[in-house]
Amino acid sequence: MMEIQEHILARALPYIAPNKQTYHTISLPDRDALAATLGLSKRNVEISALKAGVVPQRYLRNMGSLELSGQLKLLNARALLIGAGGLGGTIAQLLARMGLGILTIADGDSFSEDNLNRQAFAQESNVGTSKVHAARSGILSINAATEVEIYDGFVGEKEILSLLKGAAAAIDALDNMPTRFLLEKTCKELQVPLVHGAVAGFSGQVTTIYPEDVGFRAFYGDPQTIPEKGIEVELGNLAGIVSTIASLQVQEVVKIITGLGRPLRNRLLFLDSLNGSAEIISLK
Amino acid sequence: MRISVKLFATLGRHVPGAGSGTPFETEVPDGATVADLVNQLKLPREEVKVTFVNGRTRPLDWLLHPEDEVGIFPPIGGG
Repeated sequence: MMEIQEHILARALPYIAPNKQTYHTISLPDRDALAATLGLSKRNVEISALKAGVVPQRYLRNMGSLELSGQLKLLNARALLIGAGGLGGTIAQLLARMGLGILTIADGDSFSEDNLNRQAFAQESNVGTSKVHAARSGILSINAATEVEIYDGFVGEKEILSLLKGAAAAIDALDNMPTRFLLEKTCKELQVPLVHGAVAGFSGQVTTIYPEDVGFRAFYGDPQTIPEKGIEVELGNLAGIVSTIASLQVQEVVKIITGLGRPLRNRLLFLDSLNGSAEIISLK
Repeated sequence: MRISVKLFATLGRHVPGAGSGTPFETEVPDGATVADLVNQLKLPREEVKVTFVNGRTRPLDWLLHPEDEVGIFPPIGGG
């Protein structure tokens, strides 16, 4: 019997990138055919391809910045996303497009009509139904290689602890402060980097918190005295800034997993899109 | 002494003419702290969450100096 990589190489096609670099590639139909023939997951076929130096064509535009090694790290990694609303919906979509291997998504909420203004998976046809189930089917249609695990419920300390084990990064797409502090505490215990995002009105903020970093206390203050919600209660949330902050969170996750660049550690990026100001505040 | 202040999001509306994120100058007494500035501008205390001076987070009892740049943010928590 042929080895998996021989099957992949037999179907590989050359591709010349705009910068004249040549890649060996495998198409989506060939990925799916091999997965079916060999009884492998689509993710495993993509991983085997990359290990053989063959790029799944769907990731060709990632290559210039991530290279094969970065793509392989993404496909091998699992991330935990807490919240499948405004930030979470866009984060899930973009991580699937990037080619994250496994995404665990936790949220106990269902879509309501007032989610339609900004939440990526909210549709007129799914109002009243579960957000995590919509996220799972949405991701499947974007990238069937990204494996999705869902937790259809609101998380407490016990759930976060169990979902976080083995994750390369955790992503805060929450809408309340108490759960944020719980998530940060558990991330520090399990030594998992946490990517924070939050939005209100035309404004939003992003930072990445490694276990040894100053975290939420530096900009939310004492967890005992902080209100459950911020000024978003008054200002609402707008599609443009929600997807902007979600997109920046995805860049942080990609940097954490691939080791590329410099995450926004101990620095809070605050965007005010109403007046066009961006501040990076040093948190220590 | 004169300092420069930026108020963000909802905080800007408490000071006439101060748009969110737009710097303005103000006079504070020598020895004033960040908290004194918050009081002088009549900002609601519960809306003040992050205060920074010259690009670094500083507590409310931080002493101000001439030409300091102070930024004040409300808590943002939506997802």
